[in-house]
Amino acid sequence: MAKYLLLKHYRGAPAAVNDVQMDQWTTEELTAHVQYMEDFVARLEATGEYVENQALSPQGTFVRSDGEGRPPVTDGPFAETKDLIAGWMVIDVESYERALEVAAELSAAPGAGGRPVQEWLELRPFYTAMCTVTE
Amino acid sequence: MNPSLVRELVPAVIGVLVRRGADFASAEDAVQEALIRALETWPDDPPRDAKAWLVAAAWRKFLDAARAEKSRRGREQTVKVEPPAGPVPGTDDSLWLYFLCAHPSLSPGSAAALTLRAVGGLTTRQIAAAYLVPEATMAQRISRAKRSIAGLPLDRPGDLATVLRVLYLVFNEGYGGDVDLVAEAIRLTRQLAASTDEPEVAGLLALMLLHHARRASRLGPGGRLVPLGEQDRSRWDTGLIAEGVTILQAALARDRLGEYQAQAAIAALHADAPAAAETDWVQIVEWYDELLHLTGSPVVRLNRAVAVGEADGPQAGLAELSKVDPGLPRFTAVRAYLLERAGDLARAAELYAEASRAATSLPERDHLTREAARVRQALRS
Repeated sequence: MAKYLLLKHYRGAPAAVNDVQMDQWTTEELTAHVQYMEDFVARLEATGEYVENQALSPQGTFVRSDGEGRPPVTDGPFAETKDLIAGWMVIDVESYERALEVAAELSAAPGAGGRPVQEWLELRPFYTAMCTVTE
Repeated sequence: MNPSLVRELVPAVIGVLVRRGADFASAEDAVQEALIRALETWPDDPPRDAKAWLVAAAWRKFLDAARAEKSRRGREQTVKVEPPAGPVPGTDDSLWLYFLCAHPSLSPGSAAALTLRAVGGLTTRQIAAAYLVPEATMAQRISRAKRSIAGLPLDRPGDLATVLRVLYLVFNEGYGGDVDLVAEAIRLTRQLAASTDEPEVAGLLALMLLHHARRASRLGPGGRLVPLGEQDRSRWDTGLIAEGVTILQAALARDRLGEYQAQAAIAALHADAPAAAETDWVQIVEWYDELLHLTGSPVVRLNRAVAVGEADGPQAGLAELSKVDPGLPRFTAVRAYLLERAGDLARAAELYAEASRAATSLPERDHLTREAARVRQALRS
């Protein structure tokens, strides 16, 4: 089994096929979307492939040290162009192919007009603990 | 009370329940519940016969569950629920449990989890912690596995090769925490070896022991990977090495060579060398030839190229490497190593860096990054 992170972006990923902002969807479209996500998680739980799922607020701030004794620096004029993560899901699956399948299913959640959003998700493998045996 | 000793009784107890007429999934559930009860009560009130106690408790749990199921369906029957209580056989039933849990119809991950529970007697929580997934996820994985083997007959011998692969998979997971999967895999393989007369089981056990013997020296401070050649051999567990070698020799004497025996033979040759420079690489290459003959595996071919590089020099190693698929994991790292030994430092540094980006574990990534940095430093000075 191998763990993968599915990253969902507010900004930074290529545009979705059905690229309509969520705040412009109808309530029915939103309800259908939320229901799809709940069912999706339930399916992964049933197959024993679910690890965790978190949504993130868009209020992200870049922070860095500005040297000892000084307050940390936070991001300024370029904040609007930065990559923004909307949330993540962690899955634990048998193979890379299965990870692709799960990600594609998540990307197909319904959006505006009831049609799949077909957004781009970033799929990243976790580093594993080191194998006992080099094989 | 030693929890590991109690866990050893699990397959036998499940076996008794199934022979008395319980289905596998219910028997397994009942034994888990009995096990939890045992862990609670035995410290104050140890039983005279642990196995008999567990059989009695699990059978009671099974009957309770069966009755609850009956009444839930509202089928009040006067017929006795109990199948006739058969004799408790003295023979060990654990063998068919191994085959059942490693059934080819299960995915390797599910087979490993089910084996740890039904044969190893671990709780779902312990298995979940070992694999770093939520307990609910692991519970689902195990119950799905149980469902998919529900209708299988329990009397037919299964595929031993699958069982060994599952045990090796558990050994390779090796996450720490509450349960050490490496130790658990060794315990289960010992148990299997005690109940089968098959040299490959002994071969796998020897292989695990020989690898495990070097565990303390494989990682340095901060989880830093220490390559075999640089390991502090005084930290190798000589007791485990001696045991592994003895088991291996007995297996080899049976003259039915298999891939685990051949791998163990290679591990034994490494373990035998008092210093890295005294490693018998010529003999190791011969064992890789055997292994290649047995498996035809491209991974074996890759490892063999390293051994040839040590036995006959880096150019010979590179020649062997050119026959290996460059898409294999660790191919780039091997090429970097051989090129460095052949004197092409610039190309070696590049390839170490490339290999570090493709590494799948942190210790490996850090090690390869350090190798790249080391070679670059050598180039500058």
